Amino acid sequence: MRLKIIVTLTAIAGLILAWNLYRIFLDVPDEASQGAIFRIIYFHVPAAITAFTGFYAAILLGIGYLIRRDLRLDSIAASINEVSLAFALITICTGSIWGRVIWGIWWTWDARLTSYFVCILIYFGYFMLRRAIDDPTTRARLSAVMSIFAGVEIVLVWKSIEWFRTQHPGPVLEIRGGGGMAPGMEAPLWWNFLALLMLSTALILIRTRQETMKIEIDGLRRHAHAF
Amino acid sequence: MRFLRQKFLGQTLAIAAKDLRSEIRGKEAVNASVSFALVILLLFSFAFDLEPEQIRDIAGGLLWLVFAFAGTLILNRSFARELVNDCLDALLASPVSGAQLFFGKCLANYVLILIVECISLPVFAIFYNVRLPQRLALLFLVMLLGTWGITVIGTLFSAITVNLRLRELMLPTLIYPMLIPALIGAIELSRALITGNQLAESLFWFRVLVGFDLIFTILSLALVDIVLVG
Repeated sequence: MRLKIIVTLTAIAGLILAWNLYRIFLDVPDEASQGAIFRIIYFHVPAAITAFTGFYAAILLGIGYLIRRDLRLDSIAASINEVSLAFALITICTGSIWGRVIWGIWWTWDARLTSYFVCILIYFGYFMLRRAIDDPTTRARLSAVMSIFAGVEIVLVWKSIEWFRTQHPGPVLEIRGGGGMAPGMEAPLWWNFLALLMLSTALILIRTRQETMKIEIDGLRRHAHAF
Repeated sequence: MRFLRQKFLGQTLAIAAKDLRSEIRGKEAVNASVSFALVILLLFSFAFDLEPEQIRDIAGGLLWLVFAFAGTLILNRSFARELVNDCLDALLASPVSGAQLFFGKCLANYVLILIVECISLPVFAIFYNVRLPQRLALLFLVMLLGTWGITVIGTLFSAITVNLRLRELMLPTLIYPMLIPALIGAIELSRALITGNQLAESLFWFRVLVGFDLIFTILSLALVDIVLVG
């Protein structure tokens, strides 16, 4: 059943991404001031939203673990964080490529970029912490606490373009108070978001299975050592 | 209510006094921290060869890097010193709540880090020929706020990492990214005070610093029982 869901999600995501690639490269015109490079937004923004959606979902699962003490919730939270971290890295890499073309530099210590980088470092810390703890319940408990702390930091990242004067472009999409994109130019962005969300769900399902099996194997190993 | 408040404060202060007494007798963490601060100040002198104006510009940053690095040595010892003879288990079994234990340790760490800062500040001013601001009280206020941010996050993460392998490495790696908003605020305000710039533009950072301290103090007090007890 799980395998069927994974295959279906991946297939649909693949189809949407292929269709979107056709639209982005052949259908959508160049942006007036940025030229062809603006197309990176179709992967940069959906990857960023997918990463944030994942991080927030993992925080809720962390709180859920602290209430219900169910190790499966921790396994799902860890898998979500891992996949979200990968999407956060995609965001920062695509942003960097865009910055090289538009700003002429790969990186600048601007508020949005810095806070995003800090966010990534915090999640590297999250995984370091997980690796350093052997006992599954302690690992789950402390990871949940770390997740909540990271959540506060994410709010700073989320709000940074509104609170600080920053070089990063202001909100583009209408739902964040931006001017919006031309009709027909915004649709592929949301389709890409859907595709990346489905892809990340498939990856999370695979990782959760591995995490659950790891806990089972550790339990069996401990059981074997006890005799 | 008043009795409860007095009891909370009384036990918190007892924990803080115990930690301070132990540190005054041993002087392990403070000595190491002050020496480390001096070493960093020495290393900075080789790393930068700047004009006096340029030094004033970056003085805030240098100062807070010294405070953050040296502070970590004190924070690392905070819970680790309780591991000997299972003192941490005894403390958790005593009729002191996790919040009181945490807050008591926070107060002790706060005092110790402030002592290290009060020693490093004049040394820094002498070594780098930086004239301390006339509004020294304001600089102390920034130090009080910034140090509380470092202390509260550092003490909670000291509790999180106390039983881990490589805890001395884990603590700085985990806390520095978390501290960045507080450090940026403290650096900006210190820079404005040392260079004598208008403070009005930096008031935003004052609010960031106060907000950071409040949010993370409340969050830490709410989560410390989960960290310590389970």
